[in-house]
Formats: sequence, structure tokens, C-alpha cells
Amino acid sequence: MVTVEKDFIIRTKNVDFFYGAFRALSGITMNFEKNKVTALIGPSGCGKSTLLRLLNRMNDLIDGTRVEGEILFEGRNIYAPEVDPVEIRQRIGMVFQKPNPFPKSIFNNMTYAPKLAGIRDSGEINALVEESLKQAVLWDEVKDILAKSAMTLSGGQQQRLCIARALAMKPDVILMDEPTSALDPISTAKIEELIDTLKKHYTIIIVTHNMQQAARISEYTGFFYLGKVIEFNGTEKIFTNPDMKQTEDYITGRFG
Amino acid sequence: MKTRKNILTKRTEEIAIRNLFGFFAFLSVLLLGLILVFLFREGLPLFKQISVADFLFGTAWYPTYDPPEYGIWPLIVGSLVVTFFACLIAVPLGFLSAVYIAEIAPAGIKEILKSVIELLAGLPSVVLGFFGMVIVGPWLQETFDLPTGLNIANAAVMLAIMAIPTISSLSEDALYAVPREFKEASYALGATRYETIIRVVVPAALSGISTAVILGMARAIGETMVVLMVAGGAAAVPGGIFDAVRPMTASIAAEMGEAPFRSGHYHALFATGIVLFVITLAFNLIADTISNRFRETGSGTL
Repeated sequence: MVTVEKDFIIRTKNVDFFYGAFRALSGITMNFEKNKVTALIGPSGCGKSTLLRLLNRMNDLIDGTRVEGEILFEGRNIYAPEVDPVEIRQRIGMVFQKPNPFPKSIFNNMTYAPKLAGIRDSGEINALVEESLKQAVLWDEVKDILAKSAMTLSGGQQQRLCIARALAMKPDVILMDEPTSALDPISTAKIEELIDTLKKHYTIIIVTHNMQQAARISEYTGFFYLGKVIEFNGTEKIFTNPDMKQTEDYITGRFG
Repeated sequence: MKTRKNILTKRTEEIAIRNLFGFFAFLSVLLLGLILVFLFREGLPLFKQISVADFLFGTAWYPTYDPPEYGIWPLIVGSLVVTFFACLIAVPLGFLSAVYIAEIAPAGIKEILKSVIELLAGLPSVVLGFFGMVIVGPWLQETFDLPTGLNIANAAVMLAIMAIPTISSLSEDALYAVPREFKEASYALGATRYETIIRVVVPAALSGISTAVILGMARAIGETMVVLMVAGGAAAVPGGIFDAVRPMTASIAAEMGEAPFRSGHYHALFATGIVLFVITLAFNLIADTISNRFRETGSGTL
């Protein structure tokens, strides 16, 4: 397991999660290191996306779910009753599997979160839009068409817009739920490059079905199976010399 | 040989089925066309007697006088005024109830509300008219000290009750059609539920909601029994919302039985039907245009 004296931004302690009577996660204990990329892999239905959505309380939106255990963000349990999920989601951004820009202009997509956060000054907003689009390496492609509908962009551009839109919120952590599974290889490569530059300032936790992708971009990898963490280790270790037999079987393609 | 025969029978079957469906589809269009032809054949002869402008904008409707006067301006105004006030009530109520049902209500309440509103749609208009006549009318008369409780206000309330289910259930469908991805994106960007509804869900459903409103209006303007019973029946341009009016539909329904066949009065009522048809057609075309335009641009400027 990971050595202890590192700076962990999110820690989960013995987390169980239920959809009604169905136990989707059991006994998840993981530490996510700051400014690193952590990949969550595993076969479909293993609970990796469920865990990701627990980290910014997106599962609150589904009726009949229940969380047990603690998820600590900067030492604070985000499921404590006095915590406002909106504040958590502002600090922990999310990028989804299918690019989901709003059917609004590119500019209005970018200003959505800042305006909600109460930023009214137009100079500040413009600067934030430009900075975030540059961070997402999209600025040069869209700077002349900010007033056009985001729906006119290509799938890869839409996904980078969604990343930029989350960055405009100034989050600390970005959760990505299979962000490239709907994209072509070139767009995928661009997003992976982007993830590599973003980790200087952000902690990234990414769910992926693509094991090569996990190997390429992450420092840590967690392997999930049937709602449990089978192994959580340095990515290199997982892909070259995993501790668990099940991990090895999955990675070498013997099941899953 | 056997398989070839099979293929042949299959093909004949396909063609037969296709033609059958085609026949029924065109049959309904044909029927509509025939009704139109009839409407125009019976209505247009009026304009041998008076000009279109005198008919539409004449303010005197005395079809049984000698000489008769066929000005339907008071009837047109009656229809429009009653529809306008009905919408003033029905649009906010229908829209807000749709938002509540689609986005806010817990599952149990949602089901109850939905069925109640659907029940409202199934209420026979004559029952509603009866209610307006016997309960709302006298109440209005007493409360506001009016000569009659059968007036614009009463008709507007009754028509609103008829239009609410249309507006509500169509708006609700439009709200449901908003992809879950948009809502998730909004929540993930730190929006509350109400911010999500106001900034994402409603704008994305706006074309469907506009269509719902216009179809609700079309329903109100075409409604007959309620306005016949509670609008008061005075063929005069109204001066306030407590005046009685005689909408086009009420006029046609009330007078057609007494108009001698192929008389001027008879033709005038059919011509009124043409006007009504044109107005509802316009509403439908507007609804269609709105939903198409929003679909094409992906409502990118919202």
C-alpha cells in the first residue's frame, strides 16, 4: 500500500454504499494524493464510477441510496450533516463520460459556475474564461466563436470545453468518469496530454475502462472488483508486478 | 420453388399492409379536406352580400334584423379577450404545476397530481359550464355587485381550467425530455436544484413549453360549450372584464339551429367558422415553427 507521510487530499474510510438493498461498495478505504493522477479500473459494474460519484456527492441525486463510513476531504467528512453538498461540488469538479455542454453559447457554458458562485464583475469573468480555456488548450480554437452554441463543437472539443467549464470553478480536485470513452483516438490523446499538464495544479481521479490509458497517465491505480478494492498501488507496480493474482488476471486480459 | 413462392407471398403481404396503412392515413386527411371544402362552400357565398372588411370589422351583429347586419368584430373580440384572460390564468398555473410535477415533487405526490390533472382534462365541458353557471356566476354577481355573473371573468376562469391540463402535461413532457446529462453537469458545477431548474432545465425545454402554451390557447379559443353557457352572450365589444361577450364559437352553436338553410345568416355563421379555423390554424403553425426553430439551432443563444 501507499506510504503514509504524503499529502492526501481525499481519504475514504471503510465506505459502504447501497442502492436500496443492493450493496454497491463495501469497505472502501483509499487515500488520494494531492496533485497526482489516480486511476480507477475494473470491469463494468465493479463500483468504480459509484465511488467517483460519492466523492462529490453526486449520488445524492439518486433516490434511495445510503452511504456508510467516512469520506474526508481535507480532513472534513463531506457526508457530515452540516456540510453543504453545493460547496463540495464547487471544490471537487466533475467531467462526465459523454461530453455534456449546455445548449448555450460557449461563453455562457464557461460562465455558468462563476456566475453561480457570485462573480459579477465582467472583467474578472472574461479573464477567468480565457484562463480556463487556455488551461484546457481550447482557447485558440474557440476564441473567435465564443458566442456560438457549444453544440457546434466536435465531440473532443466539447469534452475539453467541459473540462474548461469545470476549471472555471477553480476546484481543487477534478473527477473524470471515463472522459475519453466517447472520443476518437486523436481527441483522446489531446485529453490525456491535458490531464498531464493539469496535475501540476489539480488532483485528478479518473475512472477508465482503458488499461493502457491508466498506465499512461496515472501515478496510482486502484483495481475494483465486485464493489471492493482488490488492489491499490503505484501504477507501475500494478501493471508490472501486482500483489494480487486477480489484478494480474484482469490486467493481462484473463477476465473482465 | 417453395421458397420463391414464400418470398412472393411475403412481398405481396408487405405491399398490402403498406397500402392498408397508407389508405387509413390518407382517409383522415381526406375527411379533413372534405370538411374544409364544405366549410368554404357554405361560408363564402356570404361575401356576395357584404365585403370581407365589413364582415370582419363591422361592429353590429344583427343577423335576424331586416336588413340584417353581419359584423362579427364583437364576436372576434369576445373570443380573443376570453382566450387572453384564460391564458393569463392557465399559463402560469399550467407551467408551474408542470415544473413541480416533473422536477420537484416526490414520487407519491407526483402520481397523484398527474392523475388529477389528467382527470381535469377529461371533465366534460358541459359540466364545467354548469359549474360556472350555477356556482361561479352567482358568486361573481354577489361579490362584485354585477348585473350578471355570466361574463368574461367567469368564462376566462372556466376556459383556464380547460387549458391547464393541455399546458401542464405538454410542458411536463418537454421538461422530461431534457437530458439528464444537462442536469448532472449543472449540479456538478455547484448549482442548487432551483438554479438548475431555472438556468438549465426550463431554457432547454422552452420550445416544448411554448408549443404547450400555444396549443392550450388553441384549445381555449375553440372551446364552445363553456363560453356558450357562461360568457353571457352579448354580441357587443366589451368595455371591462365583467361585461358579457359572445365568442364566435358560442354564436355559431347558439344560432345555427335557427338560421334558415342557405340564408344570409346561415352563410355568415359558416364564414365565422372559417375565421375561427384560420385563427386556430395560425396558432398551430406558430407552435410548429417555434418547436422547429429551437430544434434546429439547439437553442444556442439561450
